Amino acid sequence: MATLDQTTDEILQLAAKHFNVPAGQLRPEDDFFKKLGINSLQTLDLLTRLEQHFHIELPDYELQGVSDFRTLAERVYARL
Amino acid sequence: MRTFSGKALSWELRDGAIELVLDRAPCNEIGSLTLGELEQFITALKSAENEAHALILSSARKEGFSAGADLRELYRELQGLAAKERARGVRDFLERIHRVMNALDETTLTTIAAVHGIAFGGGFELALACDLIVADKMARFCFPELRLGLIPGFGGIPRLKRDIGNAVVRDLLLTGRSINAAKAQSVGLVSQVAAEGDALRVARATAAQIGKFDRQTALAAKRFIKPIPREELQREIEIFCELFTRPAVEAGLRKFVESTDPLPYLP
Repeated sequence: MATLDQTTDEILQLAAKHFNVPAGQLRPEDDFFKKLGINSLQTLDLLTRLEQHFHIELPDYELQGVSDFRTLAERVYARL
Repeated sequence: MRTFSGKALSWELRDGAIELVLDRAPCNEIGSLTLGELEQFITALKSAENEAHALILSSARKEGFSAGADLRELYRELQGLAAKERARGVRDFLERIHRVMNALDETTLTTIAAVHGIAFGGGFELALACDLIVADKMARFCFPELRLGLIPGFGGIPRLKRDIGNAVVRDLLLTGRSINAAKAQSVGLVSQVAAEGDALRVARATAAQIGKFDRQTALAAKRFIKPIPREELQREIEIFCELFTRPAVEAGLRKFVESTDPLPYLP
């Protein structure tokens, strides 16, 4: 099974690819709203892609208060 | 009935199917403009039922199918009104939208919602009035009303109950969470999941298939398996109107309209 670090890396790559940001510019501690310039609708888009990529179901309320990639990865990892 | 182009939606007859396309920025919020044009559509639909075999609902907005009720318009319209006038205004809107939803639910045409992006609240309810839902893999469905101190008011609860298991209905209503297309299909809500951007094409192919069969038989089958839950629909209006008078609802609406985010009640 993947580690949390691996999961975090996959999320950074997925977000970079989908939102057209150079992968090397995203770090685990970054605020994804600010760094990706996304709103709530686009956050749902990201959520769907994460669910598909990791084959999980992640209720959107679990993202309440989450704004950095590392914490997002922890939420995803907990569902693997 | 052949074509119509309005400010919130358009329709045309194409290959035996009427295509009703929602197109009001930002995400097909259902307010007085959209409601008025839907009412025009329902009036025209009666004469069109002899010319077509299917009705496809879709959205031209990239953000999604529909974000639901136009809460900003609702909040704006309620300002300065006394409680009694507010209640009357809300009830009037609900009864009008229910007439639209019921007409879609009852039409002799086989109806298909082609959903991409978000189908939230009233947008979800519009899809639920259809016989079939085709969703692209990025679609999400949600009843966020509880987050605003309300319940779905456009007929969503009785229609959702009609289609899927009660446990899933409770989950969606009580958590207000959104579910993706794959989950929606797994619980029986969505009949087909299409590739991203391909829901309309799949809906058209499905409509073409439906068009091969005898209309009277199809209608008899539809009437048999898809009862209209009239008493529950009326009860939903009553409950919604009762809840709407509570101060928490106005507070929720105010918070919504003061935000610049499209869906401020979501993470």
